[in-house]
Amino acid sequence: MACVERKIMDVLEKLTILTDAAKYDAACTSSGARRNAKKGAIGNTSSAPAGCCHSFSADGRCVTLLKVLLTNCCVYDCKYCVNRRSNDMKRTAFTPEELADLTIGFYRRNYIDGLFLSSGVFRSPDYTTELMIRTLSLLREQYRFNGYIHAKAIPGTSSELVEQLGFLADRLSVNIELPSESGLKALAPNKTKESILTPMRQIQNRNRQSREELVKYRHAPRFAPAGQSTQLIVGATADTDFHILRLTQGLYDRYQLKRVFYSAYVPVVEHALLPAKNVKPPLLREHRLYQADWLLRFYGFRAEELLDENNQDFDTRVDPKCSWALAHLDFFPVELNTADYETLLRIPGVGVTSAKRILSARRYGSLRTEQLRKLGVVMKRAQYFLTASGRMADGLRFTPDSLLRGLIAAEQPLLPEPEIVQLSLFDQAGVG
Amino acid sequence: MEVIYYYDSSFEGFLCCIFDSYLCKEIPAAIQCGGDAVLSLFSSRTVQTDRSHAARVLRKVSLIAPEAGTLLWHGFLSCLPEKEMHLYRFVAKLLREGPGFLRDRSNETLFPIARAVQHLREEAHLLKGFVRFSDLGGVLGGEIEPKNRVLPLLRSHFCARCHNERFFLYDRTNKEALFYANGKAVIQPLDYFQMAPPDETEARFRILWKRFYDTIAIKERYNPRCRMTHMPKRYWNTMTEFQCEDYFKAQTPPANAAIPGAPAVRPAPATPLESGLSAPASTP
Repeated sequence: MACVERKIMDVLEKLTILTDAAKYDAACTSSGARRNAKKGAIGNTSSAPAGCCHSFSADGRCVTLLKVLLTNCCVYDCKYCVNRRSNDMKRTAFTPEELADLTIGFYRRNYIDGLFLSSGVFRSPDYTTELMIRTLSLLREQYRFNGYIHAKAIPGTSSELVEQLGFLADRLSVNIELPSESGLKALAPNKTKESILTPMRQIQNRNRQSREELVKYRHAPRFAPAGQSTQLIVGATADTDFHILRLTQGLYDRYQLKRVFYSAYVPVVEHALLPAKNVKPPLLREHRLYQADWLLRFYGFRAEELLDENNQDFDTRVDPKCSWALAHLDFFPVELNTADYETLLRIPGVGVTSAKRILSARRYGSLRTEQLRKLGVVMKRAQYFLTASGRMADGLRFTPDSLLRGLIAAEQPLLPEPEIVQLSLFDQAGVG
Repeated sequence: MEVIYYYDSSFEGFLCCIFDSYLCKEIPAAIQCGGDAVLSLFSSRTVQTDRSHAARVLRKVSLIAPEAGTLLWHGFLSCLPEKEMHLYRFVAKLLREGPGFLRDRSNETLFPIARAVQHLREEAHLLKGFVRFSDLGGVLGGEIEPKNRVLPLLRSHFCARCHNERFFLYDRTNKEALFYANGKAVIQPLDYFQMAPPDETEARFRILWKRFYDTIAIKERYNPRCRMTHMPKRYWNTMTEFQCEDYFKAQTPPANAAIPGAPAVRPAPATPLESGLSAPASTP
């Protein structure tokens, strides 16, 4: 293996290489952990429930954690990955001290909320995890770092090592990457479904056990208190949105994941089994999947309601909630003064916050449509689907036809890809 | 008889305006800070700040609804134009009708305040992340340029996060600074502040951060509008990653400054930290 370059490389150069190799990981949140300030230790974890973004990179993604690889040497040869063994590129590794100095220096200056440590598989999963454990122990014990740590559990690591890692990190994640077993076989021949799901199950069980212990003993050590997450690559394989969404739902239901991240595949290599290098990353598809993910987690939707065997992919023109509403026009209009919380959440343009405001405001007096904008309802979408005191918004007239056009126009300025085909007034096809 | 109230721009002073208006049974036409007094046709009254009066007003409001007390305080910190009269009408309605209308955000008295307070809280939340500290010889220093007076809201966050450090955070807009050392924090007015140039280590970390920031972006996904939605350009001024080249060059501090954190022209705002937080604003 032409791997470790045994020359002393400047930290700046190492940081560049190992950041560049880690940037395709989507997860960058510091939510869910409550680690209070301790005397003699540096930092705490963010007090806000949703964590806190420290910057946004030029691609609009949040930067919260120092997201780097420990090393980009890798014995695996996953076809989609920049760090695969067969890729000719500069390889390097941080020493534990270098990484700890960087983390503390960045953290004190409020550049970051903590560390996101991932790694290529150096020699073996166990060996790599041991290196990670050594690095994190140094950071936690000698540098007394009390901030957020997100660590990657590498598929195929022995359970004892995952256990140790979990007591050092706030959140663990095992990346599934390819949403189906056939995809794994073709593109990541060194990984199996088994080797990915085993550590996931272990993290789930250990996390539950740790929470039970905490009830009995206040100072019991916490195992990955912010739970676990995973990432799925979208667009590298032929898997449909329905397949991905059902997998997501299964992960939330059966593995109690905190988050599933989606990463639009950015072609980094020419390979017969992968999209060509000039194919653009499917950003809009990723966006629709995130929207659907929110519907699963906060809006009480099920994957089967949003998609089914006949409609396997999301409509790119309107968001999944509008799509659902258009297919269930008999459910609407909803009367705001009487509907319950779950029903309010089904209205496009009404979110968790505005639904709660509606519930609160209607206890003071009956609602009129003019008030809704001030309650945070997005009327551009919601107006077609609700009544207040029996009346719809003034002057609103629409047919199912113009309804779809109105909804598309309402979202268009907000979409990531501007080159969506504009529907023409004379185009009869495509109106469903 | 129309009358304009002038007060000393403190929250207590504003609460005393409310107190005096009830005492004199008159409704002010406007409530203004003493500083921006202009000639007008109305008669005016300069309200004396009395802490016990202020406390009585706040206690009464909080007694009717605890969240109304917070709303009043945060509303006062917000950048809502003519916030004093909005808040005055809010308190008057609360005393007249009770807390029922607080449930309805779209209420015409409540809405401007609720929206301004939301703006304040959102800005404070963003700044928890966007603040950039520089290590000035062991003391952390940062600057912000917010629209609202966010320092009181940032205080507990940064005091917990940097509890073993000594730091200050200067608010350019409202000309005040938060100082923290040895578990104690104060917010004090500070007319002028200039950040000292970085030393060797500080410059190095700035370079490292800039490099990290530039590298983490995926160029195939370049989306400047999305970045600006999440992080409006007005915050970029004070953020390390958007500074020009000079910002990353180490400079040896001028010989006459005892501490690297000392600004070149005026006595150091960092100096009082050394002597246990004795009024940094008292520098001439």
